[in-house]
Amino acid sequence: MSANFGLIVSRILEGLPTTVWATLGGIALTIVLSFAAGLGMLSRLAVVRWVSRFYVEIFRGTSEVVQLFWIFFALPLLVGFQLVPLFAGIVVLGLNHGAYGGEIVRGAVQSVPRAQHEGAIALNLSAANRMVRVILPQAVVEMIPPFNNLFIQLLKSSALLVFISAGEMTEISEQLRPTLGPDLVLVYTVVLVFYLLLAIVITVVMRQLERVGARRLGRVPRERRRVLSRGHAPDSAGGL
Amino acid sequence: MTVDWSWHAVAEAFPLLLRGLVVTLEITVLAALLSYVLGLVFAVIRMSRIPVLSQLTFLFIEAVRSTPLLVQVFMFYYVLQSQTGILLSAFLSGVIVIGVHYACYTSEVYRAGIEAVPKGQWEAATALNLPRGRVWTSVILPQAVPRVLPALGNYTIAMFKETPLLLGIGVLEMLNRAKEYGAETFRVLEAYTLAGVFFLVISYIASVMVRRLESRVGTL
Repeated sequence: MSANFGLIVSRILEGLPTTVWATLGGIALTIVLSFAAGLGMLSRLAVVRWVSRFYVEIFRGTSEVVQLFWIFFALPLLVGFQLVPLFAGIVVLGLNHGAYGGEIVRGAVQSVPRAQHEGAIALNLSAANRMVRVILPQAVVEMIPPFNNLFIQLLKSSALLVFISAGEMTEISEQLRPTLGPDLVLVYTVVLVFYLLLAIVITVVMRQLERVGARRLGRVPRERRRVLSRGHAPDSAGGL
Repeated sequence: MTVDWSWHAVAEAFPLLLRGLVVTLEITVLAALLSYVLGLVFAVIRMSRIPVLSQLTFLFIEAVRSTPLLVQVFMFYYVLQSQTGILLSAFLSGVIVIGVHYACYTSEVYRAGIEAVPKGQWEAATALNLPRGRVWTSVILPQAVPRVLPALGNYTIAMFKETPLLLGIGVLEMLNRAKEYGAETFRVLEAYTLAGVFFLVISYIASVMVRRLESRVGTL
């Protein structure tokens, strides 16, 4: 083990809070935008459907790095002020992943059986009550596994904040690079291990939420799976 | 508020970005090909249940999928350069890292496709006493691969949208060209907006093609 191991870990740890805040902030914004866009795409009003669809297509169709550059470097020319790096990062992470999340919400709401809608109408529930008390509690459980994948994508994307100098872990590793040449493998390994641990934390939390949600619906919670095997969601990563 | 937008700058940046776009597309195509081949290799290794090797492949896939592509790019490029003396261009390093990263995703796609091949096909191939290699190449894969083409297409679009992060190691792809132009002329707004439009148009066309492929997969 290199003599610099302690130094490397303590330096990378300095960037950990920024990575965590960017991820948490991004996740919070993603959840809000996902529901707004997802429910918006199912709205009865054509204008709302159109605006939601426009947002989703724009942010899924352009590259996240381009969005980051646009909001951090180009937007200030339009509005006259520049966002603080961390805040700009949260905005981009949220806007980008919210667009992917919108499709998750839309799909999950549509997957709730029709009879549930009809039953809620028969019980004379208002449109809002139908959504909040009948449809969403069932849909949310379906959303959790794809959101797990999405949040891990978001965590990984937080590394892009190195381009706007937000001071997160990847940037610290870039600062260490010129001075710690011989220990470069160690520097990057430490960073990757931290990301891996954060990804595992996200998965563990989401699994727990899924179990709680399934239990509240009276479903049998799925058996415990290995933390690492997440299964795949081909459309969570690509395509319009 | 008046928006200072210059169409002249757009016209000026256009050919520059087009040059960058060629590089972006080259990286996308090469990385995609690598991910198609390597992903299949990973999937077959994992499913063949070769002791140790299968488990190692599984761990590798999960570790790569859970960590940022950008850090992997930095690690591969700088470590190779400073510790082994192998000089690999930033372009080629980018292709390799994006290709390997996405192979970990495509291997899951292949796995799902292979698992969707009915069990009877395996049994029939065994009954015919086909050698193990022949079972894969003549029976299972010809049935599995067409089904996974749309998913591979979606990942190719994802790879296309990841290429701009290679500006971190100095690859002169489209966003880097836009950045260059912005630095020279201070026309940042036009340059980045144009880059965004290019990405939007191409990924839109590509996704329409993937959707078409999707509707045809049943007949393949």
